[in-house]
Amino acid sequence: MYSTKYIKPNSTSEALEAVKSMGEGKFLAGGMTLIPTLKQRLASPDGLVDISGCDLDSISDEGDAIKIGAMTKHASVAESDLVKKAVPALAKLADGIGDRQVRNRGTLGGSVANNDPSACYPSAVLALKAIVHTNTRSIEADEFFTGMFETALEENEMIEAISFSKPTKANYVKFPNPASRYAMVGVFVAQFNDGVRVAVTGAGEGGVFRHAEMEAALSSNYNADALSALEISSEGLISDLHASPEYRANLIKEMTKRAVV
Amino acid sequence: MGEISLKLNGKLETKDVADNTLLIDFIREHVGLTGTHVGCDTSQCGACVIHLDGVSVKACTMLAKQAEGSEIVTIEGLADGDELHPMQQAFHENHGLQCGFCTPGMVMSAVEMVTKNKNISEDEIRKGLEGNICRCTGYHNIVQSVKAGAAKMGG
Repeated sequence: MYSTKYIKPNSTSEALEAVKSMGEGKFLAGGMTLIPTLKQRLASPDGLVDISGCDLDSISDEGDAIKIGAMTKHASVAESDLVKKAVPALAKLADGIGDRQVRNRGTLGGSVANNDPSACYPSAVLALKAIVHTNTRSIEADEFFTGMFETALEENEMIEAISFSKPTKANYVKFPNPASRYAMVGVFVAQFNDGVRVAVTGAGEGGVFRHAEMEAALSSNYNADALSALEISSEGLISDLHASPEYRANLIKEMTKRAVV
Repeated sequence: MGEISLKLNGKLETKDVADNTLLIDFIREHVGLTGTHVGCDTSQCGACVIHLDGVSVKACTMLAKQAEGSEIVTIEGLADGDELHPMQQAFHENHGLQCGFCTPGMVMSAVEMVTKNKNISEDEIRKGLEGNICRCTGYHNIVQSVKAGAAKMGG
């Protein structure tokens, strides 16, 4: 295990001070990615600032949106009556992340800040027109994800909460890798009064992305048949030992069809 | 380095640990309870599952310091003296193990899911065991054991 310092402050302001005082500090949320990364020495921070004591674990109804604190665990989102009622697709997504033990520790903020190209949450953030609230500003989902494992977050900027707009209809369907449960392709479809948004995770070389052609097709006709004639391009899709770009392109269409019900 | 205090199987443990000590190493090396196993050390196999404040977590993917002030139960904390926990008894009676290496994690995972859902279905058991891998592939009897354990636990 990589040798590093650990500190657990009691407030976000103390946490921000602590991370600034370190040469290269990192916020530790649930640790479901960061701890394995440290074991493999793929990251080498001078210190870890555990933000689990900073009171960022909450779910609230904001009228047109559901606001979820960054440190809210996947299991809490999956079990939340508020989320299940307002955006059941989001509860379903959270209930399918990793396995039970991962859902008991992993957090919304940690997942979104990491922006793993195969993580489930980024697709919900993008499809549900979410706003990412940090300690300094509010960032719109379309501006937040900037590439594989890259986001608009500045150094030492902390996600405090994320607001998800309530759609009229939404669904998330993924084709999980049988071993890791990561999405080989995951599609979040959300219908709003002004149109449909379709976000694809697990497939893009640049991480999560919106699919303009499918959005246009579903905005004019919210029916799986509306997708039948579409050719999904394999350009820019991930090629790895699990699937070719062409296979992923086929999965994108198939998962989207299954999501539109 | 720094001191941490936590309750392990009902007993207060206070020890000096390095900041990067994993919780699993604290349990196995510092306290000497070796019932909790390390299989993959990459958060995938579930042999290291323990209960942290009542919920199941993988002890290989946490720092000991993150568990400061918590209450932990390991496989050693389930039995009441010589009397096995109903879930342990069910694994025994249904031959829910082959080599036995994954068993501590399987039992801890099973106890948590049945505690939360007394009338658990076979599908729910299978989904609930996604984080536990048996390399002997003895899943059939493991699932039967969890079912039997659930019935013993009042399901």
